[in-house]
Amino acid sequence: MDILVVLEDNNGTIHRMGIESITAAQHISNTLGLSTGALVMGKNTNSLLSEASEYDLDEVLFVNHELLNEYSSDGYAEAVKQVIDQENPTYVLFGHSYQVRDYVPRVSAKLMRPFLADSISIHIDEKEVSLTKQMFNAKLFTDISPHGDTPFLISFQSASFLSDDAVKGNAKTREVSISLDSSMIKSESEEPFKESSGGVDLSAAELIVSVGRGIGKEENIPMVQDLAEALGAEISSSRPVVDSGWLPPSHQVGSSGQAVSPKMYLALGISGAIQHVVGMKASKNIVVINKDPEAPIFEIADYGVVGDLLEIIPKLTEAIQSK
Amino acid sequence: MKIAVLVKQVPGPESPLPLVSNEDWLDESQVAYIMNESDNYALEEALQIREKNNDGEVVVVSLGPDRTQKVIREALSKGADRGIHIQSQDKYPTDPLLAGSLFAETLKEENFDIIFSGLQSDDLGYGQTGIILGELLGMSTATLAMSTEIINNKIKVKRELEAGYFQWVTMSLPASISVQSGCNTPRYPSLKGIMGAKKKEIHVVTPSVKDQNQSIKKIYAPSSAKETVMIEGSVDQVVEKLVTVFRNEIKIA
Repeated sequence: MDILVVLEDNNGTIHRMGIESITAAQHISNTLGLSTGALVMGKNTNSLLSEASEYDLDEVLFVNHELLNEYSSDGYAEAVKQVIDQENPTYVLFGHSYQVRDYVPRVSAKLMRPFLADSISIHIDEKEVSLTKQMFNAKLFTDISPHGDTPFLISFQSASFLSDDAVKGNAKTREVSISLDSSMIKSESEEPFKESSGGVDLSAAELIVSVGRGIGKEENIPMVQDLAEALGAEISSSRPVVDSGWLPPSHQVGSSGQAVSPKMYLALGISGAIQHVVGMKASKNIVVINKDPEAPIFEIADYGVVGDLLEIIPKLTEAIQSK
Repeated sequence: MKIAVLVKQVPGPESPLPLVSNEDWLDESQVAYIMNESDNYALEEALQIREKNNDGEVVVVSLGPDRTQKVIREALSKGADRGIHIQSQDKYPTDPLLAGSLFAETLKEENFDIIFSGLQSDDLGYGQTGIILGELLGMSTATLAMSTEIINNKIKVKRELEAGYFQWVTMSLPASISVQSGCNTPRYPSLKGIMGAKKKEIHVVTPSVKDQNQSIKKIYAPSSAKETVMIEGSVDQVVEKLVTVFRNEIKIA
């Protein structure tokens, strides 16, 4: 198999970024005529296997091993390394999730082959492959090429490829055996938990009004809530607003919060740090209001206003209410 | 408890980032360097563990050209006991696997109980070096630590997961752990610390030359991916135009 996509479990379904990496694999496969497979493992292997086999892939591989039921960096790094050793792929693709950041550097070290992490696009032909990555807090882009023997490990930033573009099909399935023993797992994990109760699922929201540090102070949040209510939108925020305690963590969009793709994302006083942008850049229409014309968020805006939030928001709410 | 802290010198947030003429790196002569933000938190975590146990050693380790001794000295002035400077040939490796290998080669005889690093560098942003080093030295690893606690020769780490979740993970030592910014309150150096740092040792190591496994071909300013329609005018005009965009372009009912 030439391209192996390693899929991640998200409570019984394939992690969204895994589907995006299937799209990436199909893109490379079409360009170079390479065979493509996916790998699933963990306690939800059966449901992941049936979901993955509905995509246009040559094969979906699965590993059943009790030591992989719960995620551990030790176990997953070793398991993926052994599958790569057996299958000998040229490219191994991942979504750049928190879990991938946690264990894939170890796969790279075990194989002594490079991990081209957090790429936003791939340029590939028979002679060369290069990946584009944002560096210096997204102020500069770089084109990076791997050297030497394959495999090359590659992860893609959220929304670099679209899950909707993944082509459906009917993949064969095959079990792969690996050898792990409990002495290799040197960590014990407790159940994941949330700091505060009351979750808000923003992933399905049609309209989102999102507020950043530019709103100035907590007393201005109700103004934003009024606008969201007038639009029939959900309210979300960037990390600084949550860190300041102005909105609960469940409203946070970005790499440490939720990923959203609404019909409209209205960003109020959000500068556009990369950690926020990865969570919302898949939105269909991005409307930005910010007093700083240099704010990086304008680079991904469909519509932009340079102006004072405290003046614009109440009048905008009023104009919408009067319709 | 013997603890290493990996620190890196990176361009500050306000620094200009001019490129060299063949566009494969920065013109470093015009860059204003600082200690990588999350490395400050890694250092603080190490210093607090040493203070809590009233015993142990904190060794600050940095890879880079001569200028990197400035951040080593800064860490010494905040309370690290000694420094190791791994001299990079030519320029800093842009391959985290090579960087991790150079750290491993230098530190393998030191037998650290814990290695702390920041979650990622604010320049290259790979977030891999500390974890690769941990794997190469046969250590436990964890990323995105929000707090740590030493219990019976194990380390218990609160890790940040996606979508607002956290998880406690307990692992055996030795361990290499990357910490999230904001996990503690980094101290400032005292005057006494600054004076004392001058007498502390920085051991300079020149590793053998190795090839990179990946390299930067080209570095460039991003072109705006989108045509942005700028809406201008007085507040009333802006509001009116926004409502029209909402209704007619985005088609919000």
